[in-house]
Amino acid sequence: MQVLIAIIIGGIFACAIYMILRRSIVKLIMGLALLGHAANLLIFSAGGLFRARPALVAPGETAPLAPAADPLPQALILTAIVISFGVIAFMMVLVSRASEAVGNDDTDLFTATDQ
Amino acid sequence: MSTLAVLPVLLPLAAAAASTLLYRSLRAQRVIGVVATSSLVAVSLMLFLRVWDEGIVVVRMGDWPSPIGISFVVDLFGAIMVVLASITGAATALYSVRGIDKERQSFLYFPLLHVLLMGVCGAFLTGDIFNLYVWFEVLLMSSFVLLALGNERKQLEGAIKYVTLNLMSSALFLTAIGILYGTFGTLDMADLSRRLASTERTGVVTTLSMLFLVAFGIKAAIFPLFFWLPASYHTPPFAVSAIFAGLLTKVGVYAIIRVFTLMFPIDPGFTRPLLLFLAAMTMLTGVLGAAAQHEFRRVLSFHIVSQIGYMLLGLALATPLALAGSVFYIMHHIVVKANLFFIAGLADRIRGTSDLRSPGRVSVYARAPLIALVFFIPAMSLAGIPPLSGFFAKLVLVRAGLEIGEWAVVTVALLVSILTLYSMTKIWAEAFWKGPDRNEDEPESVERVPPTMVLPVAVLALITVVVGFLAGPLFGVATRAADQLLDREAYAEAVLGPERGSRP
Amino acid sequence: MNSIILRTATRFLMPLILVFSVVIMLQGHNKPGGGFIGGLLAAAAFSLHALAFDPRETRAALRFDLRTIIATGLLVALGAGIAGPLVGKPIFTGVWTVVAIPGMGEIHLGTPLLFDLGVYIVVIGITVLMVLSLVEQEDAPASSSSKQEGR
Repeated sequence: MQVLIAIIIGGIFACAIYMILRRSIVKLIMGLALLGHAANLLIFSAGGLFRARPALVAPGETAPLAPAADPLPQALILTAIVISFGVIAFMMVLVSRASEAVGNDDTDLFTATDQ
Repeated sequence: MSTLAVLPVLLPLAAAAASTLLYRSLRAQRVIGVVATSSLVAVSLMLFLRVWDEGIVVVRMGDWPSPIGISFVVDLFGAIMVVLASITGAATALYSVRGIDKERQSFLYFPLLHVLLMGVCGAFLTGDIFNLYVWFEVLLMSSFVLLALGNERKQLEGAIKYVTLNLMSSALFLTAIGILYGTFGTLDMADLSRRLASTERTGVVTTLSMLFLVAFGIKAAIFPLFFWLPASYHTPPFAVSAIFAGLLTKVGVYAIIRVFTLMFPIDPGFTRPLLLFLAAMTMLTGVLGAAAQHEFRRVLSFHIVSQIGYMLLGLALATPLALAGSVFYIMHHIVVKANLFFIAGLADRIRGTSDLRSPGRVSVYARAPLIALVFFIPAMSLAGIPPLSGFFAKLVLVRAGLEIGEWAVVTVALLVSILTLYSMTKIWAEAFWKGPDRNEDEPESVERVPPTMVLPVAVLALITVVVGFLAGPLFGVATRAADQLLDREAYAEAVLGPERGSRP
Repeated sequence: MNSIILRTATRFLMPLILVFSVVIMLQGHNKPGGGFIGGLLAAAAFSLHALAFDPRETRAALRFDLRTIIATGLLVALGAGIAGPLVGKPIFTGVWTVVAIPGMGEIHLGTPLLFDLGVYIVVIGITVLMVLSLVEQEDAPASSSSKQEGR
């Protein structure tokens, strides 16, 4: 399972970089979104991939029962997802404005800052 | 009251909320902007004095014990950075009152500025590596919007380059955090410092340190990851450029210094040569890039890159003296760099252009000799002419380099200093001295420069001069900050308490 | 979009989604849910409204300007944070009080709920702002100001 997830994460990273390197600016957004997913998946697997109980403390106990899942990676991912949600939404507005201003979606034509 | 340590974050947040609420009145937003950032300066100075007197201040959010909860850990280095950030913030707010057009101001410019400051301060204060990521995103989000605000074509293109590179850096940062947590099971930087010090898994540690170096290196614009900076920093209004130039890359430098002192101390066999090489290349490529440019702010942008090299140099040498040099360099650099961008804005107003090849409509020196002279202070300080602040910063770094016999990098540093002088004199001659050929008939209407734009420039120039004359005491502050940075166990002890025999 | 089916359905769905979003927000302390998810649901309701009717009508239906909404949410969340220092505890410490309502028993009210409420409001404001600025792109001159929701 670990190996499989590791390969999948690597594959998503590769796809993300490939998409970012494409010339179309729409694919750039997809690439950035994929990059975020890959990082999130990696954090997710960092918590350990095994079946466990939810990390809730039962009434009368002081600690969760033995094989409890680590809740922290999930909290981290939730935060990361919230952030990437905001960033991607902003990026979409930005890209649509920029491609309107340039009149094309080819990043090779985005040269106004180079003069 | 430990709340003092959180105020640099809460105050900008409250200011952002208040000025968003008053979006109808530009006047109210301006007043809040100037008042809130000025009181931030006061708060951060108080925090600095407290850290100076009492040592590291720790605040635990929601009273959760470390390392379970998130804590704010303020050491001397963090406190110095917050003071510098607040000074830059206050100067930018004052400059923006007239330096930013009404259109942008009515699109929540001031609230965004406050959020940016909140993110920067949060990044300097936090003691949790994931929390550091969150603060980075807070400041990046507002910087994205500030950069694109106004919708000019250049701005939008610059913003796309900036956003893309910064998002990739964030993804790498997040990846590194994931691996870090999976391996060591904690995110508290003090706890990490202890666990990393006693770990056997050097392979993972080295991989992690390189991931962090690349992630923060993109944000700090070190060689070879700096290309986004000169492509974006000259596009927004001058006030925005100035605060970006002063603060944002320095947050990256701060993170590199923090991580490479607390978690992955410099290894003389591996990280030192690597960082020395990167520092030398950053200095060189930056200054050579600047020599080839003919736009005021693009020249300055390349110089940011070159200056980052000096800060990295101090970290790479890793002696107490060198690290103190780095801290002192940052203190000097933030003030000087922001000021140069402010002056670029003034010169642009007077000349009507930022292109150094065009004579402009009037010579700045003829029209406003004082402004032209004020440019001299930060410019010469940047090049390292005594008795200004930059001279002492470079002196310390050079001496630290000679002490451990790193001749090559010291040579590069001195060479870069001369080339910096070349760039500054180029700007001086082209943008301030030269004017249009026929000077007899006065040009139609030259915009008057409002006093609210001159005041921050004058104050920052004054600070540069004062830093030069008070170099001794201020270097004492930097030395103490550097000693604190090198004492990992003291940091860990302040957060976690004395080390226990065995840890689970 | 001009579809009578969508418009009619939206009229029924809007109140349902909004009520459900409040439920999700309130149960967040002990069960799945919370301010962010609730806020997204409510924002989805307003997005549906903007698609079915017109972005301008959505702005009117919100009654308050989006900037006011965002600022209010921020202030509410900030209030939850500084309640701790006001009673002498570190910042963001939960402060709880028990309110007895006749006929319903006791209710525990605390600052975490207040914080969730703030997040809920901020998320509605920012998400609707971004959706609307994409929908009405032709007559919006500047970019959407999306801000970080403090998490």
